[in-house]
Amino acid sequence: MSEVDAASIHGAVRPEGNNHCPFTRGASPHATQNACKMCTPLGAALAFAGVEGCLSILHGSQGCATYIRRYLISHFREPMDIASSSFSEEDAIFGGGRNLKIGLDNVCAAYHPLLVGVATTCLAETIGEDVPQILREYRESRDNETIPQIVHVSTASYSGDHWDGFHKTVRALVEQLAFEPVGVATETPSINLFGGMLSCEDLRYLKRSCEEVGIKAHLIPDYSETLDGGSWSAYRRIPDGGTPSASIVGSSASMASITLGALSSIHPESAGAFLHRRFAVPHLSMPLPMGIEDTDRFLSQLAFLARGDVRPWHPDTSVLFLNPETESERSRLIDSYVDGHKYVAGKRVAVFADPDLLAGLGAFLSETGLVPVLLATGSKVANTGPLVRRIASSDGSVPVLLTGVDHALIADRCRELRPDLIIGNSKGYPIARELGVPLVRCGMPIHDRIGAQRVLHLGYSGAQRLYDQIVNTLLEHRQDGSETGFSYL
Amino acid sequence: MALNETDLSLPPVEEVREEMLKLYPSKTRRKREKQIIVNDPDSPKEIGANTRTVPGIITQRGCTYAGCKGVVIGPIGDVLHLTHGPIGCGYYSWLSRRNLTRARDFSHGKEKGINYLQYCLSTDMTENEIVYGGEKKLEAAIEEAWNEFKPKAMVIYATCPVGLIGDDIHAVARRMKEKLGINIVALSCEGYRGVSQSAGHHIANNKVFTDMVGLDDTKPTGRYNINILGEYNIGGDAWEIHRIFDLVGINIVGVLSGAVSYDQICNCHTADLNVVMCHRSINYMAEMMETKYGIPWFKINFIGADSTAKSLRKIAKYFGDKGLIDRVEEVIAAEMIDVRATLEKVKPITSGKRVALFVGGSRAHHYQDLFGEMEMKVVSAGYEFAHRDDYEGRSVLPNIKVDADSRNIEELEIEPDPVRYNARLSEERKRQFADEGFAFKDYEGMMREMNKETLVIDDISHHELEKLIETYKPAVIGSGIKDKYIVEKMGVPCKQLHSYDYGGPYAGFKGAINFFEEIARMVSSPVWSYVTAPWDQPASPDNGTSSSKPVAEGL
Repeated sequence: MSEVDAASIHGAVRPEGNNHCPFTRGASPHATQNACKMCTPLGAALAFAGVEGCLSILHGSQGCATYIRRYLISHFREPMDIASSSFSEEDAIFGGGRNLKIGLDNVCAAYHPLLVGVATTCLAETIGEDVPQILREYRESRDNETIPQIVHVSTASYSGDHWDGFHKTVRALVEQLAFEPVGVATETPSINLFGGMLSCEDLRYLKRSCEEVGIKAHLIPDYSETLDGGSWSAYRRIPDGGTPSASIVGSSASMASITLGALSSIHPESAGAFLHRRFAVPHLSMPLPMGIEDTDRFLSQLAFLARGDVRPWHPDTSVLFLNPETESERSRLIDSYVDGHKYVAGKRVAVFADPDLLAGLGAFLSETGLVPVLLATGSKVANTGPLVRRIASSDGSVPVLLTGVDHALIADRCRELRPDLIIGNSKGYPIARELGVPLVRCGMPIHDRIGAQRVLHLGYSGAQRLYDQIVNTLLEHRQDGSETGFSYL
Repeated sequence: MALNETDLSLPPVEEVREEMLKLYPSKTRRKREKQIIVNDPDSPKEIGANTRTVPGIITQRGCTYAGCKGVVIGPIGDVLHLTHGPIGCGYYSWLSRRNLTRARDFSHGKEKGINYLQYCLSTDMTENEIVYGGEKKLEAAIEEAWNEFKPKAMVIYATCPVGLIGDDIHAVARRMKEKLGINIVALSCEGYRGVSQSAGHHIANNKVFTDMVGLDDTKPTGRYNINILGEYNIGGDAWEIHRIFDLVGINIVGVLSGAVSYDQICNCHTADLNVVMCHRSINYMAEMMETKYGIPWFKINFIGADSTAKSLRKIAKYFGDKGLIDRVEEVIAAEMIDVRATLEKVKPITSGKRVALFVGGSRAHHYQDLFGEMEMKVVSAGYEFAHRDDYEGRSVLPNIKVDADSRNIEELEIEPDPVRYNARLSEERKRQFADEGFAFKDYEGMMREMNKETLVIDDISHHELEKLIETYKPAVIGSGIKDKYIVEKMGVPCKQLHSYDYGGPYAGFKGAINFFEEIARMVSSPVWSYVTAPWDQPASPDNGTSSSKPVAEGL
């Protein structure tokens, strides 16, 4: 286990002289070059998309809604509607309250949403729009009518990034919808599960895992159907699926909350932390179930909860219990690690991703003998310890850790570290191409391959899929570059 | 001929229109009524275009910044583009429009050529700059970019917060221009400035005209020298147009602004003719160049093989040289062999099928030519952000009411250049052209070329699109990424005409061949037959069993 002081590395450049690229960056750049993060309201729109019958309105200029839609659509390849309050220059001067109210009227008339999510943009935040007040006025003016629930979140892109926007929105949903539990719960005890910014396949995995041990889980949010649905026989104004708002309302009565993600789960402002403070719902934090050890931990915790035990699981306190099917899955995964170890051992990998996924990938790679030489994220991370919690390499080397960086800095480090493989989203393609190494696509955005929403990162099966892909990518790369054209491996 | 006369299975078009409108609250309905028009090509009705988007209607429109950076100036590959603002705007406009440039090549250890489009530079404003001002950070970012890239020129784009906090980006640009000795152009293209991206086009035209065009007076070397305005090299279109012009021996001085260099733009006022592809985004430039430098312009269209041939002939006729006219005919004849052969192959698949197009400010018009060549029937079309002249023709220009939103955008007062104005056409020659019916400054608009009783729909909404698909069951819809997956969920193939999906070029002759093949592949793909499960198929009256005919094939 090792911990790297990110602050001492941030902004560092490789020494001059042996530079392959004609460009080098200054020590502390003023411009962001090829950002490794998206904007705050994008995260909000994604979280809202995971609530049943929810349509989001971005309060600001219409370009924000259009850009964010087109970006999310190019990743998920699914319809994605986001409304806008469409500020004009006049509204930017005098305020856009009127626009927001008209927007709400039109969205309600045309889409009949069960819930409207209102997220602010830079424009609305810069002019200091008081959205809660506008919404109060709106509700009062519609006193005798049925209007959908409205949840608002403040998401100026100049403070934070998509990852912050996502988690802030999850928190806002819970904070604004969850009620004091009434009466005694008689049904099956439920848990709240805050999975984070995952692929649709990951979300399905989480639901399946809970079902298998007989736990009723409120997965918040859940865009596994809304952003990865089938064909439609008729047009649907809002796609089916999503967390029912009743689940969010009732999250205060759950026996426990689990928040996943090395960093999200320990954030003091998380939805789980809020439910703990306000309603005394026990809060269990753990990293994403990626690789063997963290999947063991997640599934054991679920087994605990299935028995009504809300204590945090610890490897010393209990023997892992898995159902036979899952146990075979785990066993096959280890068998494949054995089959592939000679191809991957010591191979150097550069990884960039959102913080939770980055920590998970690092942990998974360290189990397989691949050596993470660079771990990078565009998000600013105050406490970097959890990112490298489970990083270990056989030769004792430690990876370079970069936080709050852009792709230009990541590329500089890649040129220096010469990885055999890059793992990250589509934005890693230019540096992979420049260095002539393969890129295994994970996370978001993936807009140069199909199936981004079905990339499974979690569980034994996710590790299995990733492992096979990584080994085969390395084999293919070697095969394609070989002089002998060997085909019997 | 009216659409229902050729296809008796269709309901009266007024009924279809009413179906679309009846859901709306009355205020929204009144607005949409003006934007959904039953077409009469002989006397196009007034359409409510370029008006404010109704809040909460899920529009496909973008913002001023998108029109400025994303469309007009963004494709210039050898100037450095710097977005001043929080990160989103820069990120989402980073290579997301497929205005192609050659990839960076590191094959010999050192980068060859210049292509800055792979870079997305942003000042990534944070709370600190919003409160205390971002000029210092912008200045530092410009200097840093200079130290790193040494570009010939830089362009700075303002996003929403910049105008609101009062950063004077133009003063910063002036200071840094002086300090670094390179051209630095600043654009006040905050997203809220106009009703759509169209405002951004105009702002961009103005700045390119005042700050780039005319900086280099070097005489062009070609015998016939032209500019192509409003061609952005989506999917490589400009490269195909270059190939054709090389064959006929016409020199392209500059393209605005696909596959072009900064130097070419600075020098493009030396050309003898401007031809305009995308009327919406660039007509301002054509007008200003004519007034200041005396370069005449006319509208052409390289989308469609016949349209390409027609456009080439018009250009040759303008120069009036027999050798050129003959050469153009030779090239057309040679190129059309493959075009015709492909059409013969695809027509059995495409002929008679219905199509609808909702895209852009010119594309919804241009692509009708390509579909027409495949004998497909356009049932409905509309633009996202066009103005009345793009629908009804330039003859309505004097009657367009200038509203508050349009007044916000500066209309430059242009005078003939005292030294460089050179009327390319004498008054006599102009008269001759007029007598022959050879038009300049011409654009008849989309409506005159569409059939009677087709539907023209400006800034279409999802709800209207749904009704349209239900009624007309088009074999293919041409649109953009924001509609694409809705259309395809409903079992209709959707071709992205903004960014061409992964494909292109579709301009010129080779482009037409690509397009024909692509549409045939899409329409005849077996996947559509699986969209409706066998147990969900309506029972067929003929044999009582369920039918699994693909939607497209059933037409």
